[in-house]
Order: sequence, then C-alpha cells, then structure tokens
Amino acid sequence: MYNFDLERPTRVADAVKLLSDSVESQPLGGGQTLIPTLKQRLASPDRLVSLGAIDEMKGICQDDSGRLCIGGATTHAAVAADGSYPALSAMASHIGDPAVRNRGTIGGSLANNDPAACYPSAVLASNATVVTNAREIAADDYFEGMFSTALDEGEIITEVKFPVPEKANYQKFLQPASRFALVGVFVAKHSDGVRVAVTGASNNGVFRWSEAEAALSSDFSAGALSDLTVSADDMITDLHGSAAYRAHLVKVLTGRAVSAA
Amino acid sequence: MTKVSMTVNGKSVSGNVEGRTLLSAFLREDLKLTGTHVGCDTSQCGACVVHVNGEAVKACTMLAGEADGADVTTIEGMANDDGSLNAIQQAFQDHHGLQCGFCTPGMVMSAASLLKDNPKPSEGEIREYLEGNICRCTGYHNIVKAIMAASGQDVSAIAAE
Ligand SMILES: Cc1cc2nc3c(=O)[nH]c(=O)nc-3n(C[C@H](O)[C@H](O)[C@H](O)COP(=O)(O)OP(=O)(O)OC[C@H]3O[C@@H](n4cnc5c(N)ncnc54)[C@H](O)[C@@H]3O)c2cc1C
Ligand code: FES
Ligand code: FES
Repeated sequence: MYNFDLERPTRVADAVKLLSDSVESQPLGGGQTLIPTLKQRLASPDRLVSLGAIDEMKGICQDDSGRLCIGGATTHAAVAADGSYPALSAMASHIGDPAVRNRGTIGGSLANNDPAACYPSAVLASNATVVTNAREIAADDYFEGMFSTALDEGEIITEVKFPVPEKANYQKFLQPASRFALVGVFVAKHSDGVRVAVTGASNNGVFRWSEAEAALSSDFSAGALSDLTVSADDMITDLHGSAAYRAHLVKVLTGRAVSAA
Repeated sequence: MTKVSMTVNGKSVSGNVEGRTLLSAFLREDLKLTGTHVGCDTSQCGACVVHVNGEAVKACTMLAGEADGADVTTIEGMANDDGSLNAIQQAFQDHHGLQCGFCTPGMVMSAASLLKDNPKPSEGEIREYLEGNICRCTGYHNIVKAIMAASGQDVSAIAAE
C-alpha cells in the first residue's frame, strides 16, 4: 500500500472541504472495498478522508412520508438489525460476513457500485433517493454502469431514502468464494407498480428488468413470468458462470423473490 | 506519523503510525501481539478478527488511525484472569477444533462475538456466522462442535470427524 494521510473530520461540511482542496483525496467509508484496493495499489490517493467519525451520517429514521432514511455511513449490520423494511434488512444481513457487515457502509457500497453488490438492486427496486452533500439523485439516474455512478468527484453520499414497498424480497445466488452475489434479484411491489432490479448479471451493472415489471404489475405471481425470456447478450461471463447461466438465474431468482415477497 | 492511543486488552497503549498502518500491523509489529494472524491480502480469510468496541472486525481491513480511542480485544485478551483458557478456547482444545492453528485466533474471536449475541446458536447459525473465517485444515466440523460445546449444548449426538 502506498502511504497517505488520514483525516477524521466529525462534520460533513469539514469532510467536503477536505475533499475539495488541492490535495488528491478520497473518502473512506468502512474500508471493506477501498482498503483491499489500496493493498493492491489500484488506487493511490494522497489523503483519505474517513467518514467514520461523522455522527450526523449514521443512523436510521423515518421521514414524514414514511420513507426509511439511512445515513450514508451506516453499517450493513445496523441496517440488518433495524427491521422496519424487512426485505432490506434481510438483504443487508447476508452481505459478506459478520465482520464485513460491522464495518461496511451503505454509502460506500453505492459509491463503489460493484456489478455484483447487493445494495444497488435494493436502491433501484425500492425507487430510493440517494442524498449527497450537494443534491438528491433518483435511483433511476444514479447508476451509470459497472463501478460508475452519477456522483461527482468529492461528492459524499450522506443519506439514502427508501420508500417502503407493500411487498418486497431479495434473492441472492451466492458466489461462495467472494460471498458477493453471482446474481441477485430485488423485487418490490409498490402501490403504483412493481420494480425488479437485477445485480451480478450484466456487464452494465445493476439494471431493471422491465418485461418482468410489466407482467408482475398486472399479476404479482411467479407464474406471470412463465412466457418471458432473458437475453444473455449483455450478461457477464467469467469462471463462475456463463452469460446464459446468469440469464437463466435472473428468471429463476425473480420467480423465487415474487413467491417469497 | 500520527499518534494513536487506544485500549488493548484492558491496557492503555499508544504509538506513532502512518496513515496506511493497518490495525493488524499496529497490533503485531508495534505491540508485539502476534496472536492476531494475517492470512490473506483480500479481506476474506478472517484470521485477523479482533473486537473493536465490542464488535468483530477484520484488523487487516481497518486503519490503526481509525481505531484511535477505541477499545480493542485480541486473542491475547481472551484467557481467564488466572491465565487458564476461557470456555471457548478450552472447547477448541477438548473437541480438536484446530490443527495447524493459523485460523484459530480469528475463529475464537468470531465465536465469542456470536455467543455474545446468540448464547445458544444452532449448528446452522454457527456455520453461517463463520462464513468469513476460513480454515484450511479441520473441515470445520470440530470447530462447530467446539462452539456448540462452549455454549453449553450437548454435542454427543454430533459425530466426531
Ligand atoms: C469478504 C467480503 C465480502 C463482501 N461481500 C459483499 C456482498 O455479498 N455484497 C455486497 O454488496 N458487498 C459485499 N462486500 C463489499 C462490502 O459491502 C463493502 O462494505 C462495500 O462495498 C463498500 O463499503 P465501505 O463502506 O466499506 O466503503 P469503502 O471501502 O470505504 O469505499 C468504497 C468506495 O466508496 C467511496 N465511498 C465510501 N463511502 C462513501 C460515501 N459515503 N460517499 C461517497 N463515496 C464513498 C470510497 O472513496 C471508495 O471509492 C464484501 C466485501 C468483502 C471484503
Ligand atoms: S488477514 Fe485475511 S481477512 Fe484479515
Ligand atoms: S487449523 Fe489450520 S487453518 Fe484452521
């Protein structure tokens, strides 16, 4: 690991200031992705600005319109323990392992936007809003492909607001070596329609499966998917599974999520 | 270099660290607490698990500077006050829960945090909780058995492996 300076501001405003001055800086969330990346020398910032001491970015509450508001530096373990949006807590409780969940944060996961990460599918299916120090970004505008998001340089995710759906479920097909999702599907039934978000499968990162959304919005049952097919064209092929296998899993897992919701 | 201070196994300690110094390196190299093992470079093996403010974390994936002011417990802090092995450690010995012992510090620290939240876990719950602790020797059966025994459960029905 190349050396860097570590700063631990206690307020969002101070973190933003540090991230925008002339020293090349990067935010540090739980470090569960960034520290392994630094060890491999795939990043070499001059300074890390830890968000871990900023209390205003931690915790979970409900806003006036019933949305669940999760601070950007809230750990996966805290979301898993919350339970007021059961499908979201269940998803968080299966990220990595207990030690990863005690450090890893929602903001770090969303900023990283790993194509196999769990949170992006929950945010997209729930139609959540990503709140930063500068603006609010709708889920549909936030994800811009593998490891790419609408965030600007130095922009911090301070909060994520989740509308709580009528019914929801996340199905993760575990890749046991990495403990990420080989494929994961988050299905959410809202009062105005169903949203289906798929992670782990596509070369373009998390995506909505619109045909399934249309079918499930008129008939919320696994059977409603029977005539649909998923194209393997843009799917990932790697040593863990072929594009065709992943395309197959998308449909199977969507059906399971609907049945379990 | 920046000065960090923390409580490790009940004692106040401090040292000067670089930004990049990992908690695992601070424990092993500065404090000479080499019970915390480092088995990988990818945050996947769990040999380095310690407790920070009561929670299991991978010491190889936390900066020492981030543990400034924290209360840290390592495997060296697990024995009983009279120096005898604690219930989990003794159960690992009794049930042959280790072979080479490389994974054992992390296994014991993870087991301790499991039992704190869930004093009588089922076999399935133990296996799931240990997802982040890799053992290349035992095949896990005797580790699971040791943790069940340490939690006061009858393990006579679980076959010896
Ligand atoms: C063994 C293992 C298994 C894992 N399994 C899974 C899994 O099953 N599913 C899953 O989804 N993830 C998994 N992860 C990843 C884990 O969830 C990470 O915690 C997460 O991806 C990154 O969050 P972090 O808080 O640790 O961020 P960091 O590692 O600190 O940062 C990641 C990136 O986000 C930036 N960043 C951090 N916080 C913010 C913020 N608030 N605003 C803006 N930018 C920010 C950083 O600069 C960096 O670029 C696993 C990790 C490990 C080590
Ligand atoms: S040394 Fe392998 S997870 Fe820490
Ligand atoms: S006893 Fe050798 S790695 Fe577990």
